[in-house]
Amino acid sequence: MSETLAAPRQEQRSRRDELHRDFVEKVSGSLRYADDWSMPGMLHGVVVRATLPSARIVSIDTEQARLFPGVRAVLTAADVPHNVASEDPSGLGNDSVVMPVLAVDRVRYDGEPLALVAAETQEAAEAAAQLVVVDLEEIPGVFSVEAAMAPGAPAVHANGNEFVQWHVGRGDPDTAMEQAHLIVDETYHTQHVDHAYLEPESGIGWIDTDGVLTLRVSTQVIEHARELADILQLPQSKVRVIATFMGGGFGGKEDMTVEPHVALLAWKTQMPVRMVWSRQESLLARQKRHPLTMRYRTGVDASGRILAQDITIYGNAGAYPMLSARVLFASAAHACGPYQVEDVRIRSHAIFTNTVPTSAFRGFGAMQVVFAHEQQIEHIAERLGLPADQVRRINFVSRGVRRPSGETLDTEVSVEDCLDQVRSTLNSVPAAANGVRIGRGVACNMHPYGRNVFIADRASAWMGFEPDGTLVIRCGVTDLGAGQAASLVQIASEILGTTVGRTTVHIGDSALNPLAGGTFASRQLYMSGNAVEQVARELRDLLAPVAAGLLGTAIDELVWVDDTVSPRTRPDSKLELGELVRHAEGMGVMPYAHSTYHAETGSFDPKTGTGRTAPDYTYGAHGVEVEVDEATGLVKVLRYVACHDVGRIISRNRVEGQIQGAVAQGVGYALSEDILIEDGSNTTTLFANYLMPTAPQLPDIETIVLERHLGKGPLGARGIGEPPIGPVASAIASAIHDAVGVRLATLPMTPERVRGAIRANASTNATHTDEAAVR
Amino acid sequence: MNTVPITLRVNGRPVAASVTPNRPLVEVLRDEGRSMDVKVGCGEGVCGTCTVLLDGDPINSCLVFAVQADGAEITTVQGLTDPDEGLHPLKRAFAEHGAAQCGFCTPGMVLTAEWHLRRKRGASRDEIREWLKGNLCRCTGYTKIVDAIESYDRQMEESDV
Repeated sequence: MSETLAAPRQEQRSRRDELHRDFVEKVSGSLRYADDWSMPGMLHGVVVRATLPSARIVSIDTEQARLFPGVRAVLTAADVPHNVASEDPSGLGNDSVVMPVLAVDRVRYDGEPLALVAAETQEAAEAAAQLVVVDLEEIPGVFSVEAAMAPGAPAVHANGNEFVQWHVGRGDPDTAMEQAHLIVDETYHTQHVDHAYLEPESGIGWIDTDGVLTLRVSTQVIEHARELADILQLPQSKVRVIATFMGGGFGGKEDMTVEPHVALLAWKTQMPVRMVWSRQESLLARQKRHPLTMRYRTGVDASGRILAQDITIYGNAGAYPMLSARVLFASAAHACGPYQVEDVRIRSHAIFTNTVPTSAFRGFGAMQVVFAHEQQIEHIAERLGLPADQVRRINFVSRGVRRPSGETLDTEVSVEDCLDQVRSTLNSVPAAANGVRIGRGVACNMHPYGRNVFIADRASAWMGFEPDGTLVIRCGVTDLGAGQAASLVQIASEILGTTVGRTTVHIGDSALNPLAGGTFASRQLYMSGNAVEQVARELRDLLAPVAAGLLGTAIDELVWVDDTVSPRTRPDSKLELGELVRHAEGMGVMPYAHSTYHAETGSFDPKTGTGRTAPDYTYGAHGVEVEVDEATGLVKVLRYVACHDVGRIISRNRVEGQIQGAVAQGVGYALSEDILIEDGSNTTTLFANYLMPTAPQLPDIETIVLERHLGKGPLGARGIGEPPIGPVASAIASAIHDAVGVRLATLPMTPERVRGAIRANASTNATHTDEAAVR
Repeated sequence: MNTVPITLRVNGRPVAASVTPNRPLVEVLRDEGRSMDVKVGCGEGVCGTCTVLLDGDPINSCLVFAVQADGAEITTVQGLTDPDEGLHPLKRAFAEHGAAQCGFCTPGMVLTAEWHLRRKRGASRDEIREWLKGNLCRCTGYTKIVDAIESYDRQMEESDV
C-alpha cells in the first residue's frame, strides 16, 4: 500500500514495472550466482584461521598439509608479494594502518586468516587445512573500547588504540549550554551485527587469455581489481573482476572477502580456484557493523528548542581499520539528525580492539546515531511535559538551514511531511486492544546518499544502438538485488523510448564496462543513474537531427516512445529506431556515446570540523505499534509504517522493497540480532544463535513514498537503499516505552533486557510507594 | 570412508552417485545432479535456501544425507513449471510483485508456498507467514512475498470459477 504526491509527468512508462531479465531468472531458479559456476580442473580453496584473538605467531608449519593427497598449494604470508589487503583510505590523509591478507607475526582477532590451501576437492582442502600446524603464543589483548582506552592497555597496533578522531561542529556549545533550561545527558549503546546475506562469500579465479587474472565473484566493488593487482604485484591492467548478481550485499561485500585468497591461489597454482566461505566462518570472521557508544548532551529552552549539542561517539573498530574512519566520520557528520542547532560539538573516535574488524553495513555510522538523536527528542519531550512530535517540529531543519558542519541544505526537506503522513496513517486505525500492553512510537531521520563530496565521485556509462534498433548499455555497476541493472534500463527508456525487451545491459565487468564505482553509500542510482541519463540524452541529441530530418519536423517536436520516434502532431508517422539508426550511420553519425557523470565536489576541514559532507539527504519518518509481554519481555511488532521522500520513483516495487527490507533489518537490529564476543571470542557463529526476523515476526510493512522531484539523482531521484534502516530502533524503543513505561538505551532490546527494565521500574515504583507510605 | 551407490530422480531426471554416508543431499543435487537452483545458505537447516521436495514434501536438503534419498523423487524449483505458460504463474506473481530482490531465497520460498497452496486455499496473510517461517529472507521484509502468494491464490480462485 503506498500513496504518492506526484507532479504530472509526460512519460508514464516508468510507472509500469516491466519485468527485467534478472528478476525472471531469479524466480525461475536459473540465475547463476558466484558458486553456481565451475571450470574444468578447478581447485578448491580454504582459509586457515587463527583460533585466538590476540597472539604472537611463533610458527606456521605447512609441511604435512602440502603432502596431503590432492593438495596443490599451501600459502602463508611469505607467499604474498605485497601483503596488504587494505590500508586505511580515510580520504583525508590520516595515518594508515595495514591489514594484511595473511597475518605475518601477530594475530589480532579470532578468525584472522593465517594460511590458504588449494586442493583438488573441497574435502582434501579442508583436511589439509587441519594439518597446518599453527604455533601461537597468547598475548594480552583488549576486547572492549573501555579496555582499549585504559592507561597501559595492550596496543593492537604500533600507534596506539585510538585510530582516528573526527570533529564536526561550530559556534560555542559550552556557552549556549549554560543558557539551557534543560540539559538531557544520556548515553546509548549499540551492538555488533552481521549482514547475514543468504548467499555466502564466494567466487572463482583463473588465468584467462592474455594472462589476465580473472575473478568471477560476489562483490559490490569491481574496482578492487586494482588492489588485487597490487597484492600480486601485477600491472593493474592484468586483473579483471567480474561481479555476479549477488545474493545480498548490504555492505558486507563492499570490502574484499574471498577475492585476495582466490587471486593468490589461482596465481600460484595457475589453475582455476573456487572458494566459498562457510556460514560459520562468515559469522566468525567477516567484518561487522560498528558498535557505537554515543553520549549526547542536548541543551534546550523551555519550549524544547535545541540550543546546544555536545556529542561524543566511540566506535569499536575491531582489529583493523577497513572503513572505520569513514564510518565514524559519518556518525559525527550526521549525529544531530534532522534538527537545527547553531552551537554544536561532535567528536567521534574509532578505537581498535582485538575483535572482529568492523566496516561498512547499510547505514554506515549514520544509522546508529538515529537511535540516539531520536531518543534524545523523546527524553526532552518527556521531561518538559510536551508531545515529542511538537519538539520535533520546533526543531526540524528546512531548506537553506545550516548543518553542524556549516554547510547548507540545498534541496527540498520533506521530513515534516513524512511525519504527518506517518501520524495520520497510524492514527487511522485504532491501537490493538487484546489485553496485553500496546504502544506506539515514531522516529525521523535524514540519511545521506552519495559519497562525501570531498571524494570527487564519478560514474561512467556507454550506450549505443545496434543496427536493428536494439539498445546496449555498458556500465560497471554491481547488482546486489535492488535492481541496479534494471534501473539503468528504465532510465534509458525514459529518455529514448526504448522498451525493456529490446535493451541489453552489461554490468559488473572491470575489463569490459566503463567504471561506475561500487554499489554502496546509496550512491548507485544517483551516480550511475545520472551517468546513464546523461549519456542517453547525448545519444538522443546525436540522433535527433537525423530523425527530425527524416520526419520533416522540429527536434523539440519529436516523441520517443515504444522503440519509435514520431512527430508530436503526427503520432502515426512512426519511425522505427532501427531505421533511424541505419540512416544515421549512413550519414556518418555514429549511434553511440560514452559519458562520465561527475558528482559535485567540495572540501571538509578536519581541524575546524566544518565544510561539506554528503551531496544530499533522503528524509523519512517511521511509525510502529508493538505489543509487549510483561512476563517475558517479548516485543511483537504489530504494525509498521514508513514514509520517505525519494524524489522520483524509478521503480515502485523496488523502492517499496528497499524500504521494507531495510525496516526488516532494522527490526532485527532493534530486538534480536547480536554478535556476542566474550573475551575476544566470537560465540555467535550459527544462524541458530543469530536471530533475524522470520516471516511470522514481521507485520505487513506499509510504505508511503513521496515524490518531491528535487533530488540530485536521475530525473530528480534520491537514494533509498540505506535511509529506511535508521529510524526503526528508536521508533520501537519509543513504542516499548509507550506500552510499559520503560526506556531502553542499549540494543538489542531483547526479552531479557525488556523484562529486566520492567522489573527494575516496578521495584523503583514499589520503593517510592513504600517510602510514601512510611512518610 | 567407503562409498555407497545411490540413485534418485531430480525433476524426473535420473541421477546416479557414489556417496560417503555423511554426504549431504544438497551437495549431490548441486554436483552430480547439476541443480544449481538448490542453494546453500547456512548448512545448518535454518535459512531454507536448500529447500526441495523429497517424495513430494519440503525438506532442508542440507540436513538430509544423500543415502537417505536413495530412490527418492526430488523436485527443485526448476521442476515447477506450467505446461501452458512456461513460467509457472506463482513464479510470475513473485516477479510481478517484487517478491524477489536478490533472489537467493526465492527457490525455497516458491517451493514451500506452492506446497502449502496445494493443501490450503484462501489462507490469511498471517497463515501464509507461518508457512514461510522456515525460509529466511534478508532483502524483502517478506511483505511482497506474502503479496505474491496471496495474489496467486486469488488468481487460482478466479480460474477455478
